[in-house]
Amino acid sequence: MIEVRNLTKLYGEFVAIRDVSFTAENGSILGFLGPNGAGKTTTMRIITGFMPATSGTVLIDGLDIFTQSLEARRKIGYLPENPPLYADMRVDAYLRFVARLRGVPRSKLADALDHAITVCGLENVSHRICGQLSKGYRQRVGLAQALIHDPPVLVMDEPTIGLDPRQIHEIRGLIKTLSGSRTVVLSTHILPEVSQICDKVVIIADGHVVLEEKLAALPEGSSLEDVFLKAITKERHDLEQAREETLEEVDAGRG
Amino acid sequence: MKNSLIIAGKELAAFFVQPVAYVVMSVFLLLGGFFFFALLRRFDLVLQIYAAMQNPQVLEHLNLNSWVIEPMLHNLSIVLVILVPAITMRSFAEEKRTGTYELLLTAPIRTGEIVAGKFIAAALFVLIMIGLAAMFPLILILFGNPEIGVAFSGYLGLSFLAVGFVAVGLFTSSVTQNQIIAAISCFGVLLMLYVISWPAESGGAAFAGLLRYISLPEHFSRMVSGIIDTKDIVYFLSLIFVALFLTQRSVESARWR
Ligand SMILES: Nc1ncnc2c1ncn2[C@@H]1O[C@H](COP(=O)(O)OP(=O)(O)O)[C@@H](O)[C@H]1O
Ligand SMILES: [Mg+2]
Repeated sequence: MIEVRNLTKLYGEFVAIRDVSFTAENGSILGFLGPNGAGKTTTMRIITGFMPATSGTVLIDGLDIFTQSLEARRKIGYLPENPPLYADMRVDAYLRFVARLRGVPRSKLADALDHAITVCGLENVSHRICGQLSKGYRQRVGLAQALIHDPPVLVMDEPTIGLDPRQIHEIRGLIKTLSGSRTVVLSTHILPEVSQICDKVVIIADGHVVLEEKLAALPEGSSLEDVFLKAITKERHDLEQAREETLEEVDAGRG
Repeated sequence: MKNSLIIAGKELAAFFVQPVAYVVMSVFLLLGGFFFFALLRRFDLVLQIYAAMQNPQVLEHLNLNSWVIEPMLHNLSIVLVILVPAITMRSFAEEKRTGTYELLLTAPIRTGEIVAGKFIAAALFVLIMIGLAAMFPLILILFGNPEIGVAFSGYLGLSFLAVGFVAVGLFTSSVTQNQIIAAISCFGVLLMLYVISWPAESGGAAFAGLLRYISLPEHFSRMVSGIIDTKDIVYFLSLIFVALFLTQRSVESARWR
């Protein structure tokens, strides 16, 4: 389970996300949906312990990602926005390196490697150099490194970005198969992706959560697109209202 | 410790698939060979001159260590000022640029282990290089009788110096994601260590003492001339420790930006 509690992150003066909270239940796939620049990457980097929040906490299966960082990080598999490959390493050597870094014991190394290579369909490229792979295969190697240590929690930042339609289809299928009993959070700015693979959707706009809802619980007959647009419009409306109220208060103060 | 070794292994393997490492090693050994034979040639000439002048007293004072090995080690130390930045510039900067930094910093390992791993790998690389350059005094043994102890002390000094340079290089690489900036700032810091005692000639006593202590050539020269003093070893160990400590802080603080 991933519990995100009141995350706020400032880059200098700039508020990237504010008061972001949501929960990904055990064994479910959560779609973290939002337009570009909404704060998805920022949130995921905080969840995975890459950087701290300005305030708020994240619990990974009950472990705090900051105060119990090593234990919490041990549970996570992470595919960043750009697959973190070493361009001059061979695919199999790279995966072995990540497995050892992630604490896979030597006795289980060969099995873990075989499994990740088979699941992600990397048999034909396992001896190739990472830097020479196509975008689709780079993404697969990225997935393989994220699940090499069989983590209970999987975090993926826009796993289908930059792929062609056939590759997108393949990667989505792959995510479904390998999610299994894991808790998965994946970010995307593509609506249909969420309805195709997720159990739950969290919509983020301008740095804060505007909707957290199980897909099954969405109003009957309304497409996710309607919900998304409504949520974002409502958000804008609320913001404008808040701004007007503030202005009125200021005016009242002056008067 | 285990995690450091995992990282060190990966880094070391990476050195040997990069052309940079081979270029650095070749340049170091070729220049070393050039210095060695040029100095040997000059020594030979001087010997012949004094032999012709039938001056046995001077002949006794001429030795291979001070005419060949010592100047060669001094020259090599300057070569390292240029080459070590080229070895270490990638270490952190490249990981940040390509995004593999996210893999490292989200793995269940401590930042200290990352720094230690990268340090072990780069230090081993320069030590291998210096080890290969030890063939020059070994060649001398075939021709004359250099003082092995003095040569050993000199090579020990060069090793400490190179490993200290590596630690500085790791630090400058950890503060940027641009390899060129990492290399040039490392080069700047290392040169500074050479010249920092210059104002000591005109400064106050306490100030001058401090600058002389920080100044690298003083410590290195003593080791090259065959004196192994704990004071100098402590100097190099402090340099390594301070640079690695700053590197660890810088990697850790990258999380906080
Ligand atoms: N390191 C940074 N420094 C300053 N601003 C940043 C940084 N990273 C992201 N931002 C800003 O924060 C906002 C959210 O970015 P991000 O989390 O990458 O959004 P998303 O992944 O949803 O596209 C954007 O406006 C982006 O420009
Ligand atoms: Mg993003």
